[in-house]
Amino acid sequence: MLSVQQLACERGRKRLFTGLDFQLQPGQCLHIQGANGAGKTSLLRIVCGLAEAASGVVRWRDQDTRLDPGAFRADLVYLGHTPGLKDEFSAFENICFQSQLDGVTSSPQQVEAALQRVGLGRQQALPLRRLSQGQKRRAALARLIVRAAPLWVLDEPLAALDLPAQQLVADLLAGHLHAGGLALVTSHQPLGVECLNLRLGA
Amino acid sequence: MSGHLRACLALLRRDVGSAARRPGDVATPLFFFVVVSALFPLAIGPELGTLRLIGPGIVWVGALLSSILAMHRLFAADMADGSLEQLALSPTPLGLLVAAKVLAHWLLTGAPLVLVAPLIALQFDLSADATGVLMLALLIGTPVLSLIGAVGAALTLGLRGAELLLCLLVLPLYIPVLVFGAGAVQAQLGGLGAQAHMSVLLALLTVAVFLCPWAGSAALRIALE
Repeated sequence: MLSVQQLACERGRKRLFTGLDFQLQPGQCLHIQGANGAGKTSLLRIVCGLAEAASGVVRWRDQDTRLDPGAFRADLVYLGHTPGLKDEFSAFENICFQSQLDGVTSSPQQVEAALQRVGLGRQQALPLRRLSQGQKRRAALARLIVRAAPLWVLDEPLAALDLPAQQLVADLLAGHLHAGGLALVTSHQPLGVECLNLRLGA
Repeated sequence: MSGHLRACLALLRRDVGSAARRPGDVATPLFFFVVVSALFPLAIGPELGTLRLIGPGIVWVGALLSSILAMHRLFAADMADGSLEQLALSPTPLGLLVAAKVLAHWLLTGAPLVLVAPLIALQFDLSADATGVLMLALLIGTPVLSLIGAVGAALTLGLRGAELLLCLLVLPLYIPVLVFGAGAVQAQLGGLGAQAHMSVLLALLTVAVFLCPWAGSAALRIALE
C-alpha cells in the first residue's frame, strides 16, 4: 500500500539519510527509531508531502503521492510535535473544526464519545489553554478516533503522556492495525504493538 | 466540491470566532486607523479647502497602514501551533483555504474601516456623495490590500524581522490601490465622476482574487519545508 523507494533527505548541506526503502502492507506498523537529529521527523514530513525529498519516491496505492496529493491527503492523518489545536477553543470545538477541515462528517455525539475515550470527557468544554500539555496531546489523539483514515503518521505520540494514556495509544494503534490500517510512528519508547522496525542513522 | 466549501466555511468561522475571543486584535488596527487619520486635521488646522484636498489621500494611507498592522499575524499563529501543517494536509486545496483566511482577515480589519470611514470623512469636510464614493472605494480596495498582504505574509513567514520586511515588500505593491482609491474621491470632488477609478479598482480586485490565494499557498508550502 505504502512504499518508499530510494528516499534521500538533505537538511542544509547535511545528508540525513539516503537510499531509504521500505514497504508497508495493511495491518502493519513501522516503528521509526534513531538518535535526535537522525531525520525521523523529516522522514515523516516527506512521506506526508510537507517537505520535498532530495530524491526518491513515495507511493500510496501504487501511485506517486505527488500526482494526486488531494486523494492521498484524504487517506492520511498526521499528528506532529505541535498538534495544530487552537488554545482559545475547547477540545470539542477543535476536534469538530479538524474533522470539517479533513472533509469528514462527524456528529457531535461522535466527537463527544472520542473525547470521553481519551479521558477528556469532563474537560471537553474548557478552552485548551486551561489544559496541561499531556491533556492537549490527549485531545489531539481524539482526532485519530473521529477520523477513519487508513494511514496514520504519528510523530512522538507518546511524548508528555502518562502511563494510562500511553496504553491508550497502544490500544488505538492495535485497533487501527487490526482494522487493516497502516501506521508510521516515531518514538523512543516501545509502542506496545507488534511492528516493523526502522533505525535511522545506523 | 461541497466538502471543500465546508472546510473553507469552517476555517472562516474559526478565524472570526478566534478574533471574537480576543477583541483587542480587531480593535487595535481600527483605532490605529481612526487615530492616525484624526491627527492630520489637528496638525494642519481648520483650513477647509486644504483638508478637503488631502482628506481622501490621508484616509487611504491610514487604511494601508492599518491593513498591514494586522497582516503579519495572518499565518504566524497557525505556524506556531501547527495548524498550518494541518491546513496544508487537508484534502481541500491550500489556495482555497488561504482565500478563506484572507476573507476572515478582511471581515475583521477591512470591513470595519469601511464602516468608520464616514466619521473620518467628517473631519476632512467631505461632502455626502464624496463620502459615499470613499466608502465604495474602500469596500472594493481593502480586499485587494488583504489579498496582496497575504502573499507578503506567506513569503516572510518564519523569517527574522518579518514584520518590517513585510512592510517593505507589500507597501510598494499597494500603490496602485492607493492611487486609484484616493483618485476616485478626488475625481468625484472635481466633478469628473468616479466611475473610471472604480472600474480600475474592480479590475485590480478581480486579478488579485485569482492570483493571490495561489501565490500565497505556494509561498506557504515553501515556508513549511
